[in-house]
Amino acid sequence: MNAVSAWLTPQTAATAAFVMVIGLTILGALIAVGARNIFHNVLGLCVSLFGVSGIFLFLNSPFVALMEILIYVGAICIAICFAIMLSEPLYLPPPPRNKAKVLGAAIGSAGIFVFLGLLLKKTQWTAAPERSTDWSVTTIGHYLLTDYALIFELVSLLLLVAMIGAIVIARGGRGNP
Amino acid sequence: MELVAQFLGSAGARMVVGLIGVIALVSVNALFLIWMERKVAAHMQLRPGPMEVGPHGAIQTVADAIKLMGKELITPEKVDKPVFWLAPIVIFLPVLLSFLVIPFSQTMIIQDMNVGIVLILAFATLSVLAILMAGWASNNKYAVFGAIRSVAQNVAYEIPLLVTVMSIIIMVGSFKLSDIVAAQDRYWFVLVQPVAFILYLICATAETNRAPFDLPEAESELVAGFHTEYTGMRFALFFLAEYTNMFIAAAVATVLFLGGWHGPFFPGVIWFLLKVYAVIFLLMWFRWTFPRVRFDQLITFAWKILIPLAFVNLLITAFVLKLR
Repeated sequence: MNAVSAWLTPQTAATAAFVMVIGLTILGALIAVGARNIFHNVLGLCVSLFGVSGIFLFLNSPFVALMEILIYVGAICIAICFAIMLSEPLYLPPPPRNKAKVLGAAIGSAGIFVFLGLLLKKTQWTAAPERSTDWSVTTIGHYLLTDYALIFELVSLLLLVAMIGAIVIARGGRGNP
Repeated sequence: MELVAQFLGSAGARMVVGLIGVIALVSVNALFLIWMERKVAAHMQLRPGPMEVGPHGAIQTVADAIKLMGKELITPEKVDKPVFWLAPIVIFLPVLLSFLVIPFSQTMIIQDMNVGIVLILAFATLSVLAILMAGWASNNKYAVFGAIRSVAQNVAYEIPLLVTVMSIIIMVGSFKLSDIVAAQDRYWFVLVQPVAFILYLICATAETNRAPFDLPEAESELVAGFHTEYTGMRFALFFLAEYTNMFIAAAVATVLFLGGWHGPFFPGVIWFLLKVYAVIFLLMWFRWTFPRVRFDQLITFAWKILIPLAFVNLLITAFVLKLR
């Protein structure tokens, strides 16, 4: 009993949880990229996004974690599934991978990875005990409308662009493809 | 002994006891609801319904469940096996999770999270994903049709549902379910938000894929919709999830509009369950009264009537709150 309690400290539990959510995120991402069946790709993306919401939960922000599930898993993944249903039939054998495209994607994502990595290194992080632990909905709302108003507005711009795009695509109507 | 006392006092023990309680509630609730549905349906059609097993057929569902457990789990040859196996699990897990935050009474709540209602709404969207997985993996045209319909329907009806719930949340100023119930100690919100209540009921009926919005499984046209290829306990899990979803939808209606545990004489939990089953009875009444809608009617109704109405309701609520 003592051996167990010595081993199972809050720190190890936290580390285990962290490793679990990170593992889930990476595993999902690998499925999302590697699987040949496009429906499996989407499910991999869902797993990965679940992992990301787990990270938010790990950082003690359940509201953002649930929003991640509500919006990314619940809305975006399902919208992607919708798009898949309009694409080519799945019972046909998948065409071989285009080497140039794979290479381009690899270079692009490596670039983003390096950029984010440098950004992470450069940022001055404050340790968890020093910064505010208040991540309630009220606080997030205040932040969104004060310090981060620009990001908030950019998000609405993105939605506007998406809406205009949808209208442009749908304008032709059904009769004349 | 000390260890046991320590264990019972901890949050972990609350979780374990709560989980056991929830699993018991889920099974008993499904057994009862299936019997209730058959009885309600029968009496609405002037016939007695199940009468043979137990008094008034009360344990008919138990017999059915035992039969289902004995059936073979058939996996058709050309299904997408991992996804086909996962779908019944994925549909059932979020349903269990939602019970985490439902306040049955002042004290009977497993974890009173301050984002309670968001948790229920977030995990409710996962059942669509599970339906999609089931329909797609089955490699069957009826199943795919059911899945496609389910997605279109749920995406459309989720928006008015969220906006309607939002109008209650801005009245209370909290996502916590116990706060929402506590705010209704003088009057129920259904009295001040009747439009929101009706909107919520319509959207909940659609979200739980119940008639008149049961297009994903429309028996008369799609065999059984997304779960056509499922047998035995896997099929039972879909069924269990559907009836538990009904319970959750009714419980959220009770919390948001019908005053939750508030009521005279009896303890809160009795009032809560009474209200929940009254709402479920209403949903069953819908099923046996309204014919199934056509698909274009369903989508048009959501986008052209429910969503504008929900937004107008939200605007008026915000306006009134500002004036006060």
